Amino acid sequence: MAKVFIYPTTSLILSDLVARFGHTPLSAALQIREHIQSPGLESPPLQITPEDPKRGLKWAAVEVPSGVRGRMSLYGPMIDQAEAAIIIHDADFSFGCMGCARTNELIQFLLRKSGIPVLDLRYPRTEEEGIEFVAAIKKFLEELGGGGA
Amino acid sequence: MSLVRIAQLSCGPEYSGVQKEIDEAARSVEAEIFFPDIRLADIRQGFDLFGLDVRSPDLKLAIARARALVEGKIEADAVFIATCFRCAEAAIVRNELRRYIHENSRLPVVSYSFTERTTAGTLLTRMEALTTIARRRALLAREVQEGLTLGVDSGSSTTKAVIMQDNQIIGTGWLPTTAVLKSAEDAVDLALKEAGVGREEIQATGTTGYGRFLVGEKMHADLIQEELTVNSKGAVYLADTQHGPSTVIDIGGMDNKAISVQDGIPGTFTMGGICAGASGRFLEMTAKRLGVDITELGPLAMRGMGREVPMNSYCIVFGTQSLVNALAAGSSPEDVAAAACHSVAEQVFEQQLQEVDIKEPVIMVGGTSLIQGLVKAMGDLLQVEVVVPHHSQYIGAVGSALLASGFIKGS
Repeated sequence: MAKVFIYPTTSLILSDLVARFGHTPLSAALQIREHIQSPGLESPPLQITPEDPKRGLKWAAVEVPSGVRGRMSLYGPMIDQAEAAIIIHDADFSFGCMGCARTNELIQFLLRKSGIPVLDLRYPRTEEEGIEFVAAIKKFLEELGGGGA
Repeated sequence: MSLVRIAQLSCGPEYSGVQKEIDEAARSVEAEIFFPDIRLADIRQGFDLFGLDVRSPDLKLAIARARALVEGKIEADAVFIATCFRCAEAAIVRNELRRYIHENSRLPVVSYSFTERTTAGTLLTRMEALTTIARRRALLAREVQEGLTLGVDSGSSTTKAVIMQDNQIIGTGWLPTTAVLKSAEDAVDLALKEAGVGREEIQATGTTGYGRFLVGEKMHADLIQEELTVNSKGAVYLADTQHGPSTVIDIGGMDNKAISVQDGIPGTFTMGGICAGASGRFLEMTAKRLGVDITELGPLAMRGMGREVPMNSYCIVFGTQSLVNALAAGSSPEDVAAAACHSVAEQVFEQQLQEVDIKEPVIMVGGTSLIQGLVKAMGDLLQVEVVVPHHSQYIGAVGSALLASGFIKGS
């Protein structure tokens, strides 16, 4: 069973697909849930405090906007523990959406730099492409080993 | 008091840990922040029609929300645009949205670029101005001072008081700010003495500036209002340009304001105060180093050539160092004074005037507007004839006295 970083990290469909094939999806929902459920913090809506962008300095320098560093404080630890990644390009907003393009560029760069297996797919626009899309993900996840649908 | 509803268009504050600060600043001025709800289809259509092809989805969402506000699909009293400091893509969107909303609606709008260090206190004056414009549009429409009123501007460097009667300034008081209340009391006494009236005769009082709450409470003021709206009102009143567009520039001791005004009411504004190198304080230090009174700095600068002296620092410490180096290298005090004025004007031009639409007349107000060298430097940069109205150093106090007359019973 591998820890698979999904991009967009907010995609519930992608997260579900990874889980169905027996792997652990690394998605935004889990990280954000951890933040929101942290007791004693009062920084709605995500319970991210000004300390989080400082934690993000591990992945992005101080001249990088605070919003990027704050996001990296969420996604950076996920990238660090990822054993594989699935990146969907040009995804529809309804499939999953990540707000900041600069963060998205940095995430993809760090994933590739880490040397883990990465599956790059374009978001399907037709039913036929959709079938190929799911098949490609299935094949990638099966090849990771250790899983089981 | 009814809540003012401020629509937030933003990218990044929730991830920077500052959304709480934005909410708090709004709450402290009886306002609430809300995020305009729009459909997914409207998001796609919104940024497509706007024509700015940005890559960040949060910015696309901000664009679509702005369109919904302008088209009246969503109701709001004011708009707050906030994006990360140092993000070029967001800066383009922030500026274009501010301009778009300003030109296509009557919604007051302010934009801000934040870091994780942004606090509710930093945002307070901006939020207060937004709510004032939304809430007190009728009061801000006042064009004539009536009765006998007092205006006090408790600024970071100086405290000013003005007595007005029947649309005339009849008394003024000006003192450096030391103890906030004492300075205000003494400035008011000076103004009363010059006017020849007793305090008990005053029919209404208005306060503004950094010490407005403290002074206002002590003096039982009828109006306690931030300096952005008050100074705009005072500026167009004194410059006699109450109708049509104008731009007000106020380079203060601690921060600078650039306000785009339409019919006496601010539409967009910026307020900066990151570095003292772009403030009146730097000119005070320059005067001190040159051994002249601040009132002599302006005429001195008018006789100098600023471009002869290298002074290219955003920081008051390094700016002063450049000044010392220039003097040591044999530059004349006139040239150094002119360079200091040019440096301050240039920083305000680069950092703030890019965020408001410069429309003539350009009116400079506040104590620094009396430094002719600074006014000239600003005029040169903007390529316009800058207007400095009479009593420009009393602008906040005049604006307060004018607006306070709206509180006279029966007025």
